[in-house]
Amino acid sequence: MLAFTIRRAFQSLIVLLVVGLVAFSMFNFVGDPVDNMLGQERTGADIERLRTQLGLDQPFPVQYYRFLEGAVQGNFGISYRQGRPVSDVISERIAATLELAMVSAILAIVFGVALGVFTAIRRNGWAANIIMSLSLIGVSLPTFLIGILLIYLFAVELGWLPSFGRGETVDLGWWRTGLLTESGRKAIILPAITLGLYQMTLIMRLVRSEMLEVLRQDYIRFARARGLKDRSVYFRHALKNTLVPVITVTGMQLGSIIAFAIITETVFQWPGVGLLFINAIRFVDIPVMAAYLMLISVMFVSINLVVDLLYFAIDPRLRADRSGSGK
Amino acid sequence: MNNMGEIVLSVRDFGVEIPTRQGILRPVDGLSLDIARGKILGVVGESGAGKSMTGNAVIGLLDPPAHVAGGEIWLNGKRIDNLNRERMRKIRGKEIGMVFQDPLTSLNPLLPIGDQLVETIMEHLPVDKKQAMEKAVAALDEVGIPAAAQRIGSYPHEFSGGMRQRVVIALALCAEPSLVIADEPTTALDVSVQAQIISLLKRMCKERGTAIMLITHDMGVIAETADEVAVMYAGRMVELGPVRDVLTSPTHPYTQGLMASTPLAAKGNKRLNQIEGAMPRLDNLPQGCAFHPRCSIAKDKCKINPAPGMDLNEGRAACWFADGTKQ
Amino acid sequence: MRGFSFTNTISRAWKSDFMWSFRRTPVAIVSFFVAMILILGAVFAPLFAPYNPFDPATLNLMNGFSQPMVPNQFTGDSFWLGADDQGRDVFSTILYGLRISLFVGFAAVAFAMVLGVTLGLVAGYVGGWIGALIMRIADVQLTFPGILVAMLVFGIAKGFTPIEQRDEMAIWVLVIAIGLSEWVQFARVVRGATMVEKNKEYVQAAHLNGRRPISIMVRHILPNVLGPVLVIATISLALAIIAEATLSFLGVGAPPTQPSLGTLIRIGQGFMFSGEWWILLFPAVTLLTLALSVNLLGDWLRDVLNPKLR
Repeated sequence: MLAFTIRRAFQSLIVLLVVGLVAFSMFNFVGDPVDNMLGQERTGADIERLRTQLGLDQPFPVQYYRFLEGAVQGNFGISYRQGRPVSDVISERIAATLELAMVSAILAIVFGVALGVFTAIRRNGWAANIIMSLSLIGVSLPTFLIGILLIYLFAVELGWLPSFGRGETVDLGWWRTGLLTESGRKAIILPAITLGLYQMTLIMRLVRSEMLEVLRQDYIRFARARGLKDRSVYFRHALKNTLVPVITVTGMQLGSIIAFAIITETVFQWPGVGLLFINAIRFVDIPVMAAYLMLISVMFVSINLVVDLLYFAIDPRLRADRSGSGK
Repeated sequence: MNNMGEIVLSVRDFGVEIPTRQGILRPVDGLSLDIARGKILGVVGESGAGKSMTGNAVIGLLDPPAHVAGGEIWLNGKRIDNLNRERMRKIRGKEIGMVFQDPLTSLNPLLPIGDQLVETIMEHLPVDKKQAMEKAVAALDEVGIPAAAQRIGSYPHEFSGGMRQRVVIALALCAEPSLVIADEPTTALDVSVQAQIISLLKRMCKERGTAIMLITHDMGVIAETADEVAVMYAGRMVELGPVRDVLTSPTHPYTQGLMASTPLAAKGNKRLNQIEGAMPRLDNLPQGCAFHPRCSIAKDKCKINPAPGMDLNEGRAACWFADGTKQ
Repeated sequence: MRGFSFTNTISRAWKSDFMWSFRRTPVAIVSFFVAMILILGAVFAPLFAPYNPFDPATLNLMNGFSQPMVPNQFTGDSFWLGADDQGRDVFSTILYGLRISLFVGFAAVAFAMVLGVTLGLVAGYVGGWIGALIMRIADVQLTFPGILVAMLVFGIAKGFTPIEQRDEMAIWVLVIAIGLSEWVQFARVVRGATMVEKNKEYVQAAHLNGRRPISIMVRHILPNVLGPVLVIATISLALAIIAEATLSFLGVGAPPTQPSLGTLIRIGQGFMFSGEWWILLFPAVTLLTLALSVNLLGDWLRDVLNPKLR
């Protein structure tokens, strides 16, 4: 298990180095950073000085190393557009994105698993059939249209919920949260549903098909033949076996939630890093783009590692170092 | 009724139906049998003859759309074929235990065997967790798992196939049922292990007075284990009697053919015979006696009239000519 | 001779299972005709559209915000689906927008297909470190959602484009960005099929006959992977259309001078609060209908051509 973990961690590191190379190449080859930073009035001496200052006179590997060194310390240079350190710009917005992603993920997992189990157990019931048909349409709907639809219904027509922003926030020192105020909680509902809906349908459909597969297994029959209650058969025996494949996909979906937050944040003008990234693309603000890329890669890679470790927690067959007799 | 001791299971004129687009199939039809305390009834027949369907029907685990169609099942003097779901569930595991064919798939791979034993014991017996644990260890010990107390936390994959089948038997017997249905309990095992499992079943049967319905296609297993044997063909029972009688002097032409094709009983013969043709599919049963197209002594009568029903007290075989009068 | 037998195979398939299944599946028939109407409407937009929304000469700002089917109070002009803030006929902008959306969709899928099939053939047939490298890149890219890859490529490509050409080039940049985000599926399937076909006797025989690898790949292996590739292409088309709409909606896709359906929805969203619902609703419904019909068609194709493909 340890060997496996180390190997996966090593692979993750390589992915990060490759992404880092892409991010670094963006810095150096997309446009001229010196041009970007100095603006109109510049002299040859200015350019020379800035080149030395930025380390652009160094050989390529040295520059790459310096970039990585900075990246590890959270230093991604200055935003071309805002003229402030990228790390500052990101750190004041990351809380909004993580909060939104977290709430959506919880919504998606809780409702996705619950509905998946329900539609599997009642697989010929009318309620299950309606849910399945709705989910088919849900998968074809682009996220931003769902957002617009929700805004139209609940903000414009009914006027129940705000259509944009985070509401009032409370500064906890290292974290600015909207979950502690009434308006903040109201503001997160629509964006969280928009962001979580697609993942929820995916999780639901996956849980359903895996659950149907598991319910056909001999050990489920045997559990019934032992006179266990339906509740125990479904939730103790079937659901746990369903979770092994579901966790992989759900893990990848969690990463997607952070990426798809870009869309939701734009629809709802949610002040997170996704909105920052979209604006960075529109104005070709390379340092912000590079930093976002690195940030999201680190998140993806860590989620994947956690998912790998979760396997060990759930499936005893993978914990090879504990094997007793047997084959 | 019979006076061969206390009757545990009594099945009378019992049938199972499966509605299909082509019409109603009857995988079990007009079945009657008794099993007494401490006795083993072997049920033999080709695959598709209705053996497993009978076992599943007795324990109330028919997969829809298959359903009970007529007849009665009595367990220890109580009628059980018309009980509701919940009352039938309480009988499963408590009064009827079941052992399936493949020990590799019968156990939930994600739960330690101790947990699976404890949940079954606590479901059916009025004990607390600690007592249930003690009972679980005792049950494992009884089926011959070495160092039971230490292995109680092990997962199924940590046991060999034979050991797993012992665990399965412990699970089937842990709430001390009066009837055990063993559906091909040795088929998936190595030959050397088969004998151990058979002797284990016999021992449990003798020590506890459990009645066993042993479903198998293996005449050797029957010869070694069963007190009585029921032969099934195309959903109907064609012969029933004490194992010695049926093996040495079979009356029904199908049983005769079966014996002639089994190495065990055909010792005297130089070569094994085989029965011409194949068992008909349920959706294509011939008129009259289902066996007549393959029967060497069939007469016109057999092509028109179904074989006579079996009287448990008198005739042993469901055949017009079973009494030897080859008219 | 080969050409003859090939068309023969196609016509036989067309007559038998394929068309039979099509005739038996109402969802497929409806989806097909809806998709065809939308495609034809887009191709012949200049013929069908009552106005040319990009010709300033025909535009009259007085027509701004005309309601659907109601004659404008100043000019008396009437628009089926209303007019937007600048007095452009919504029906016409949708037809022209559909054109851009479909062009980007088809071009991106074509690009992804050529790239993916080529790389898949190479990875499967040549193998070795080249194949391993291709598949590693595919794996890493698969970790990230396609839309993110497309956004990133769009951003980088935009950085390379001179500022004054960014709007003109935007459509082509979109094609490349979306194409690059969707090649992986093609490559994986083609590589898998190639590795299976490679070891079959007829390919071995062709190899022994001294044919060059390229000729073997193109003439022997490629025809065998056409079915799955067609299925992936259809599903990718739906994805590409949605990806394009999303990027344009986010303001990092088609520019306002060449609005796609996504751009139109982006514009329309601004008028949702002030009551001019038609500017938003009709483009949104068009996009939905297009995406849904292509999606359903893809689902049906997958079932018919390759039940095993997921």
